[in-house]
Amino acid sequence: MRERSRDQGGPGTLTDDLVIPEVDPSSLADEPLADLAARHGLRPSAIRPGVFAYARQLWERRHFIVSFATARNVAMYTEARLGQLWQVLTPLLNAAVYYLIFGIILDTSRGVPNFLAFLITGIFIFNFTQRAFITTSRVMSDSLPLIRALPFPRACLPIGYVLIELEQLVMSMIVLTVIVLVTGEPLTWYWLLALPALALQALFNVGMGLSMARVGAGADDFSQLLPFLIRTWLYFSGVMFSIQTIGSLRHHHTLTHLLQINPAAVYIGLVRNSILQTQRIGWPGSKPYNAANCALYHTGKKPYLEYSAYCHGTVSMNGLWLWGIGWAIVAVVVGFVFFWQAETRYGRG
Amino acid sequence: MASGPVATNGAEPIVVVDDLHVVYRVFGAGGDKGTAATALMRVIKRQRRPSVREVHAIRGISFVINHGDAVGIIGRNGSGKSTLLQAIAGLLPPEQGCVYTSGQAALLGVNAALLDDLTGERNVVLGCLAMGMTPQETKERFQSIVDFSGVGSFIDYPMRTYSTGMAQRLRFSIASAKHHEILMIDEALATGDANFRAKSHGRIVQLRADAGTVFLVSHSLTEIEASCNRVIWLERGKIVRQGYDVPAIIDAYLEATGGEPRQRDKPEHNDHGADH
Repeated sequence: MRERSRDQGGPGTLTDDLVIPEVDPSSLADEPLADLAARHGLRPSAIRPGVFAYARQLWERRHFIVSFATARNVAMYTEARLGQLWQVLTPLLNAAVYYLIFGIILDTSRGVPNFLAFLITGIFIFNFTQRAFITTSRVMSDSLPLIRALPFPRACLPIGYVLIELEQLVMSMIVLTVIVLVTGEPLTWYWLLALPALALQALFNVGMGLSMARVGAGADDFSQLLPFLIRTWLYFSGVMFSIQTIGSLRHHHTLTHLLQINPAAVYIGLVRNSILQTQRIGWPGSKPYNAANCALYHTGKKPYLEYSAYCHGTVSMNGLWLWGIGWAIVAVVVGFVFFWQAETRYGRG
Repeated sequence: MASGPVATNGAEPIVVVDDLHVVYRVFGAGGDKGTAATALMRVIKRQRRPSVREVHAIRGISFVINHGDAVGIIGRNGSGKSTLLQAIAGLLPPEQGCVYTSGQAALLGVNAALLDDLTGERNVVLGCLAMGMTPQETKERFQSIVDFSGVGSFIDYPMRTYSTGMAQRLRFSIASAKHHEILMIDEALATGDANFRAKSHGRIVQLRADAGTVFLVSHSLTEIEASCNRVIWLERGKIVRQGYDVPAIIDAYLEATGGEPRQRDKPEHNDHGADH
């Protein structure tokens, strides 16, 4: 037990030769201190506010969250010679690499019309969620000095980090718009639907980010493991292939359904359907059921998405929106409560 | 002053510390060869990570601080002074016991790094917003904060380029820009120059006059004696002595740690803190 007693000694045990007089018990009140504090209206300093009071405190710090995110975003590239240009270059390079691998070398297009726009939309949308997850899982240990220096609702930090990613996403979306228009997609009113879709995705990311922040604050092992989990998720979310047209999935109805309702696939699907006409018109169930045309698609004679529109959809377009709203609400409510429960423990390291 | 409604002996408590214990965990402490093989053996044998140490920094402290007190906290390095302040501010959660305060205490410490990558100007704005000021208030106070800090044109440079003293001056200016009922200063004035010490001492006096309470951790016993009416001596996470008889406790502390006894009969005994 020698080890244990050394642990308990702490950093104060430099020498043991100091003569220490007896502890002076004077000047303490006779009544229990808790009663004294209560009589004078004092409250515990490390107490967690109620969940609604916490939400209100968070709302009062909204300016802090926005300024924090903007300042971090600006500071992110100050060391680089090209500076803020990287905000545009990073998504462009990402798109180029994925197109080279999946579009040209592996050729996973498999009958997806306008594969380049399809692929890059998927990557950019997934990247938003991926970056949000990874950065928020590290936010509490990264910000330990700030947490120990200033009192503020800690949820400001993960929310701020998601906001940083949202600001980056705006850059990506500008790049994406150019690419999509260049590949020949028309600019239609449907494009406006991308805004609510991205808003829902941002809400989902905030909720999940709060959960990631709490789990990541507990053990560093989690943030080491997370990139692998997310990469697996990427391959299941139909980013570089279409869940509907991939041959091996065509006869597994339940599996296709499960893959399509997973949050990443839902938000990717929503954005693709708003900005890519080739995707929208091929979405199963978007045209009246026509057995002959659908059969053509299923037998593989006409594997193009245009014919899949005549089949019964696994998840209809409206269903996709409902799933998107549902995931966002569940993530925010669960994430917020889960993060709030540990509010007073974040400073411990 | 019998201003408090239920004050018993004329004093109204503002901070009550009741049998406080603080334990924090330190990652990456020694005790392991640090290879993957030893880590695997540890997982197989179901041992705890030896590199995670629990430090029992505060071990059962109780005291009551009243409105308008200026409390000096003394003790050797590692005796738990900074940890105590962090616990009072609610930044380090107690393991056992409780700290009661009337409101949020502001802590100003040497480690209170804001965001090093950002400019001083951004740090001022973020610090004010994090303390709960509105953007309007922040804009109004901005110039006075920068002026008080005296960092001048460096305000546009990232804070990592600041000298230790400059960074602390800026932090003190930010933290003291808002009226706090409880302000805790952890060695924050140690690296300022003589001019800034005089200015910040003026602020502390003014804060106390506004019925605020000030905690001061310092190794400059002169500063403690000049600014404080009460002193707490910590050793290994416990209180050795505390009370309002500041010179006597400081003398006992000096005697125990082997320091030179203080000469108080001379009016000018040091380069600073003499004329208060």
